[in-house]
Amino acid sequence: MIVGDRKPLEEILESIKDFKKILLLGCGGCVTICFSGGEKAAGLLASQISIARKDAGNPIEIDEATPTRVCEHEFIDELKDKIDSVDAVLSLSCGVGVQTLAEQYEDKIIIPALNTTFMGYPVEHAVWEERCAGCGDCVLGWTGGLCPISRCAKKLLNGPCGGSVDGVCEVDSEKECIWHSIYDRLKRIGKLENLEKVRDPKDWRTSTNAGQRKSEFKEAQL
Amino acid sequence: MKSDSKLEKVLSEGKFGVTCELGPPQHADPDNISKKAEHLKGNADAVNITDNQTAIVRMSSIAASKLAIDAGLEPVAQMVCRDRNRIAMQSDILGAAALGIKNILLLSGDHQTFGNHPEASNVYDLDSINLIQMVKNMRDEKIFQSGDPIKEHEPRMFIGAVENPFADPFEFRVARLAKKANAGADFIQTQCIFDMNRFKEWMKMVVDRGIHERLYILAGITPVRSHKALVYMNKNVAGITVPEELIKRMEDADEPKEEGVKVAIEQIQEIQAIEGVAGLHLMPIGWESITSVIMEKTGLLPRP
Ligand code: SF4
Ligand code: SF4
Repeated sequence: MIVGDRKPLEEILESIKDFKKILLLGCGGCVTICFSGGEKAAGLLASQISIARKDAGNPIEIDEATPTRVCEHEFIDELKDKIDSVDAVLSLSCGVGVQTLAEQYEDKIIIPALNTTFMGYPVEHAVWEERCAGCGDCVLGWTGGLCPISRCAKKLLNGPCGGSVDGVCEVDSEKECIWHSIYDRLKRIGKLENLEKVRDPKDWRTSTNAGQRKSEFKEAQL
Repeated sequence: MKSDSKLEKVLSEGKFGVTCELGPPQHADPDNISKKAEHLKGNADAVNITDNQTAIVRMSSIAASKLAIDAGLEPVAQMVCRDRNRIAMQSDILGAAALGIKNILLLSGDHQTFGNHPEASNVYDLDSINLIQMVKNMRDEKIFQSGDPIKEHEPRMFIGAVENPFADPFEFRVARLAKKANAGADFIQTQCIFDMNRFKEWMKMVVDRGIHERLYILAGITPVRSHKALVYMNKNVAGITVPEELIKRMEDADEPKEEGVKVAIEQIQEIQAIEGVAGLHLMPIGWESITSVIMEKTGLLPRP
């Protein structure tokens, strides 16, 4: 899933300071699961904004909605009337949702209220960790199912570096050295030989280095 | 001989090689290099010129290496993977060779969060092993990373790498050294050694696998002036462990500086006796002036 953190209130207030009427959108997808952008989060943010603006002597009118997913046109189509009637849309969806809105409502100001952070999963209740950087050429097959691209601070393919100590990363003592974990996991499944060969440099064209990527599933196209 | 490096010549003749280190300044004064070079001249076969070490902006390693040549040293230009992609790396290798640099030390590099621009984006297009392979292919296969031929004047570098025998997973450290040999490293400088027993254990594994016959291993020794430096490194530098006895010995010493020199000399004598060790990499961090004293006392002078 996609994980995000809500932006600080001060930043959000600054970004909507010129508007008198906004639509505040939550998203019913990933960010609902990570608590930062669902219906509840939207309700909380709406009251925080209202109070702050009232205190500042500059009240604001806030309409709210939380579509199933902001990142699909069919779910935001139905917001047309609401969007037409406001100065700007403040969205707690991920960046994909914000862009879906901007594309569909070309004349409207769309503002993010969330910092989209990573693709990951909850390692414990209400704690998420990154697991994939969407590099477009997955290496999990030989690394024992652990990703060195998103989880090693140096994206090494031939790790671990010389700073790996006691399973901890040199960059941050709170983080595991994923390369140590890769070693342990390959040892457990009897595949240490995967680490013997020198792995060739990665072809980053499949990653973010060649501009926007596109994915097509021909069979399902209309 | 793979290069015209003097360091390669010394090592290939089976002589005990010596390298040391020179950190470029955080400004643009060329005299800084020649002044530092004075302490080192005649005391080592080659001198590492660090590449923005600890991710702090300094004079470019290649420019400083050229100044070091002018000052009478043979440099080992360092190159890290943090700041350059494969295009910049190869371009810098060509430039370095054109300037007369014959040794290069390739490493992944300290992460930018340690330095003075923690907000910088890092590169890590290649990792250190990929980089070693690329520079070897430029020299031996006369090709760029892309496979395009280098039609003439291929860069002939004596290729160095680092290894940390004190990092984890311990068992894998020797396998990783073998990977560096397979990738094309000609020599290795190790992380500074304080825990001699662990280093010996590691060297035994290296010798058992015959890796010492495929590349030259230069053992890293760091003389210190006080026990404080040891405590600091033990606590703050990932992959350095300092035994308690050594810290205590330095702490109890009446003349810590003299004791520091004594310790370094003992350590150097110890590494000379270890099978598979081809040389010394002396790194008196912030205490370059002690280099000649230590070299004199260990009988490693004059250099060949
Ligand atoms: S290797 Fe690439 S695709 Fe696979 S998990 Fe890591 S970042 Fe994602
Ligand atoms: S310590 Fe491990 S996770 Fe951290 S940069 Fe080095 S190899 Fe990567």
